[in-house]
Amino acid sequence: MLLTLTTTHRPATDLGHLLVKHPDRVQSFDLPAGTAHVLYPEADEQRCTAALLVEVDPLRLGGGRGRGKAQAATPENFTLGQYVNDRPYAASSLLSSALAKVFRSALRGESRDRPELAATAIPLAVRVPALRCRGGAELAVRVFAPLGWTVTATPIPLDDTHPEWGDSRYVDLTLTGTLRVADALNHLYVLLPVLDDAKHYWVAPDEVDKLLRAGAGWLADHPERGLISRRYLAHRRALAGEALARLAEVRLTDDAPADDSVTDEPRTDSPQRASLAVRRRESVLAALRAGGAARVLDLGCGGGALLTALAADRRFTEVVGTDVSSHALTLAARRLRLDRLPERQRDRIRLWQSALTYRDDRLRGYDAAVLMEVIEHVDPPRLPALEDAVFGHARPGTVVVTTPNAEYNVRYEGLAAGRFRHADHRFEWTRAEFAAWVDRVSAAHGYNATVSGVGDDDPEVGAPTQLAVLARQEESR
Amino acid sequence: MTTLDIPELALVALVGVSGSGKSTFARRHFRPSQVLSSDAFRAMVADDENDQSASADAFDALHHVAATRLRRGRLTVVDATNLQPHARAGLVRVAREHDVLPVAIVLDVPEALAWERTEGRPDRTFGRPVLARMQRDLRRSYGQLAREGFRKVHVLRGMAEIDAAEIRYEKLFNDRRELTGPFDIVGDVHGCREELEALLLRLGWVLRRDDAGRPVDAVHPAGRTAVFVGDLVDRGPDSPGVLRLVMGMVAAGHAICVPGNHEQKLLRKLRGRDVRLTHGLAETMAQLAAEPDGFVAEVAGFIDGLVSHFVLDGGRLVVAHAGLKEAYQGRASGRVRSFALYGETTGETDEYGLPVRYPWARDYRGSAMVVYGHTPTPEPEWVNNTICVDTGCVFGGKLTALRYPEKELVAVPAVKEWYAPARPLVAPAPARPDTVLDLADVTGRRHLEHPYGTLTVPAENAAAALEVMSRFAVDPGRLVWLPPTMAPCSTSTVDGFLEHPAQAFADYRSAGVERVVCEEKHMGSRAVVLVEREPGRFGGGVVHTRTGRPFFGPPLDEELLARVRAAVTSAGLWAELDTDWLLLDCELLPWSAKAGGLIREQYAGVGAAGRAALPAVLATLDAAAGRGLPVGELRGRMADRAAEVGAYSAAYRAYVGPTDGLRGVTLAPFAVLAGAGASYADRDHGWHLDLADRLGVADPGFFTPTRRQVVDLTDAAAVAEATEWWLTLTAAGGEGMVVKPYAGLAARSPKGSLLQPGIKCRGREYLRIIYGPGYTEPGQLAALRKRSLGRKRGLALREHALGLAALHALADNAPLWRRHELVFAILACESEPVDPRL
Repeated sequence: MLLTLTTTHRPATDLGHLLVKHPDRVQSFDLPAGTAHVLYPEADEQRCTAALLVEVDPLRLGGGRGRGKAQAATPENFTLGQYVNDRPYAASSLLSSALAKVFRSALRGESRDRPELAATAIPLAVRVPALRCRGGAELAVRVFAPLGWTVTATPIPLDDTHPEWGDSRYVDLTLTGTLRVADALNHLYVLLPVLDDAKHYWVAPDEVDKLLRAGAGWLADHPERGLISRRYLAHRRALAGEALARLAEVRLTDDAPADDSVTDEPRTDSPQRASLAVRRRESVLAALRAGGAARVLDLGCGGGALLTALAADRRFTEVVGTDVSSHALTLAARRLRLDRLPERQRDRIRLWQSALTYRDDRLRGYDAAVLMEVIEHVDPPRLPALEDAVFGHARPGTVVVTTPNAEYNVRYEGLAAGRFRHADHRFEWTRAEFAAWVDRVSAAHGYNATVSGVGDDDPEVGAPTQLAVLARQEESR
Repeated sequence: MTTLDIPELALVALVGVSGSGKSTFARRHFRPSQVLSSDAFRAMVADDENDQSASADAFDALHHVAATRLRRGRLTVVDATNLQPHARAGLVRVAREHDVLPVAIVLDVPEALAWERTEGRPDRTFGRPVLARMQRDLRRSYGQLAREGFRKVHVLRGMAEIDAAEIRYEKLFNDRRELTGPFDIVGDVHGCREELEALLLRLGWVLRRDDAGRPVDAVHPAGRTAVFVGDLVDRGPDSPGVLRLVMGMVAAGHAICVPGNHEQKLLRKLRGRDVRLTHGLAETMAQLAAEPDGFVAEVAGFIDGLVSHFVLDGGRLVVAHAGLKEAYQGRASGRVRSFALYGETTGETDEYGLPVRYPWARDYRGSAMVVYGHTPTPEPEWVNNTICVDTGCVFGGKLTALRYPEKELVAVPAVKEWYAPARPLVAPAPARPDTVLDLADVTGRRHLEHPYGTLTVPAENAAAALEVMSRFAVDPGRLVWLPPTMAPCSTSTVDGFLEHPAQAFADYRSAGVERVVCEEKHMGSRAVVLVEREPGRFGGGVVHTRTGRPFFGPPLDEELLARVRAAVTSAGLWAELDTDWLLLDCELLPWSAKAGGLIREQYAGVGAAGRAALPAVLATLDAAAGRGLPVGELRGRMADRAAEVGAYSAAYRAYVGPTDGLRGVTLAPFAVLAGAGASYADRDHGWHLDLADRLGVADPGFFTPTRRQVVDLTDAAAVAEATEWWLTLTAAGGEGMVVKPYAGLAARSPKGSLLQPGIKCRGREYLRIIYGPGYTEPGQLAALRKRSLGRKRGLALREHALGLAALHALADNAPLWRRHELVFAILACESEPVDPRL
């Protein structure tokens, strides 16, 4: 990977003094993941360019990319990412580490030989020929332009033999501006990994200090400080929060936190959607209370959003959450703070791994079961197995089912026609389709059902969420 | 000498005062593992075998162990005083819960002798009055033991008798494991003598008749044994005739018979009990009235001697009238008998007023095949290794026999409807009984035994597989097999190569294989195709990936299946293989058809970054060189990197092709794994590839042929030729080859162990997209040569064995839960962490 820094300040060769690297020498530095070389492809009175070239040793790269490791290793995921990757070519946090090591004093703005020059803004040009830019070329402009740079970010095509594939996530980045060398280096030190958004090392809490040090004087007022902090701290919420809080203390203008308009994280928390999630939960709870249920199952509990509400209501004497994902159950346990609950509370709550397409004897004999936004994650040919397991085998007294109303999708801006609300949805039903399913299941398994909606009832397309309550008929003798 | 008869499976309670010699007796007659001593359990829970305060806990533990042993069918002896009725009641309860007979052996020694022994033991601190009280309890026990439920009570009085006692084990009546058949198992006859004669003739039996021309015996020339599942009588036109024939066959040793509920009721009537003459009993009584008294008495004796169920053929076959759940097989108790005769009812009645039967077969997980009758159905159906062969002959259906071990059904139609059924003969509720799976079938730490080995699946692997299976895989009913992972050849030492044919050949040579086939390894996506001639048990079939996911999704997969179906039809394979479905192992091409996203996101991206960065690096270094800086070596290395990125880009581009729906897509089948009733794992690869070629002839536009070389490993010229072939293939962008033992999938080494079914040998250029663009750089290659293959090979072999077992189970029509358990285990193995580059 390569970064060049050019100045036309005269004498341009003073750049060598600022960087403490002699223009007529080639110097190499050992790095954990390879070797950094500093050399000058041009160096005269008018124009001087320093090049930082990091030669990555794939054998020392090990461990893979920070985020890659966290991904669940399902068999069809790309597990070769550790070996087939862009790290030897594209600018990344490895380049930042190299900057920090090779230009340490320049980053601090210190210069023994040219102290005034170090404190002076001079004409500079930076080029990074291959930079992975998650969020598109436009994001490069958004993070560098507010700092006084003129930004040219040219997208690189994926493969010129396949023009139909379009552009890659890489850009050829050129920055020009008149800045102090130290500022330029600090900008690059922080923002290259931010754009790349994949750290090569474990992000420890002391990274907050590093970020604040490198961002001194420019990050606090940067309109994208939220995104920068989150990404720099590898999306570790607690750390990013701490960084933002400390930034707020030094900020002069205390305006509202900038909205991170690049879809950086799943945006489930936009106000409209959040209120629907809350209303859905409330409706489910109301249905359970109306049925007088005390021992309840939350089938497909996920991270435990509903479980927390169930656990908070003492009328539910036993609350069981099941999910097929053990990771989801871990999250649910954390959310419920299971390990810190008093024993009596803890004993009311159970988390079990179970799959809804298999019969599970443990689930028999409960008052009620909730299938909240679950059935649409099951392939339609597998639904009969779910129906058998829940209505035929577990046979709770009441079953509360919610699922999206496909007709309502036209009301979501940004949701293309025919698309589902979630990437994992296997289907989304219209009101007629859901009603038909509820009728068939009720008849087959001896339940009586009522169907209603959750959320604002649109006169044309109905409510965004559909809800059915199925009550078991008295077993005939 | 006193001989004590004890059933082979029993709970034996030793009864005697302290010092009566129970432990000595137990040691002499039983294995240490069979004896549960209360002293030992007290020590186990309290570190002191005399700590009476620990008695309650000790007996809890003892009862638990006894129950576990009985559940597993192990004889268990309880060495405790057992002088108190409440102590013995606990043991009787445990025995009854597991349907085994409780037996008591009382050791009665003179009190003086017992006292002498007790005093001799320093750890026994109680006084003589305690012993005297025990002695009184013993006296009182005598009369109570039988009443408390002990089926046998053996009393040994005095040292002489105790010392001379011998234990003799007796088999239960239902234990006929020594009978290995072959059997013809006949369903409910209900007085249909004519149909029974016809069926026996159909099965090849020769009837013997008495002077009046009535059949009184039958013999099978091949020495087969007939098994009658009961309900010989009632409703039909000639119950006495049926009884005469069957009684004759049983007496001659040509048949065995279990009783049905109708025989039971008839016997009660014959014994003068007040029985209502319903459900066809009136007809039987009328028919018997025409028979001489002697015959009727013979019938009563015959029925009385029938045993409610039989365990046959080394435990592999169980016959009972109404079926029998696993826990009851080979056990003896009232409820076992009741289950065998009447089945389990839910306590409800249906709209015809008949009891609703609990579908025990749906939950059956036993290894023994259960054949039964009792519930008439139009067609016998296998449910979890059980089958009901009552096809309602008397109601105008047919009389059916199951040939065992062939598992072949033979039937003759009823002459007429002899008796109107109370409810119409319909298939059992459409609950699709064999499609229901239980979580307990797959989760937790599991130990699997199958015909190709044993395997333990760790719980965490099962948990991971459960998520993939339940969220992404196709219906388990159609997921009959998953391809095992494949190990690469041993690492090559040939300059510049990580994998090379020389090593692949050497691997098989050292395993004792002489003939191999080298198959071109297509670079696409693995596709398993289960195709059915017309929608039937597999709903037409399925196309899935190597982890069981639908391949493309609904409309395209159907189209693909239709294309394969048409080719199989036009190649004439349905008739030739006598099957209505086939399971094909294939590669679907091009790679980009399925992996387009991966190629663009991952592979092309890396190439794009390299192609953008390296020219800029070279230009920078050239400029520096122009200034006279010493960058020559660095530039050389960077130029190498640039060349590697070029080679890498060429490598992935070779596997990209334009596709639109199925247009541009081809399928390369290379193994025909199974068809109806047959696993083709024993066919050689010549056979497999020949069939694949014929599909290609049938539809050349859709099937890609697999190029191959058959190599005799002892022939140096042939080996050299195959090596050259591989070099040419891979130089032209081919992925490489798979070397397989020519003998087929289930090939074994001369020593008899299962061989790797294939070893892959991948091309030098192809490996750039696995090990990274620059893996050929000498330093990297040297490091990569240290790769370790043991784990991958072990995994490949384990998955292969499971796959063979799954094919075997499929051919065997094994129940779904059993087939699923094996396929699930393959998936669970895949969550084992192993170097993904291998």
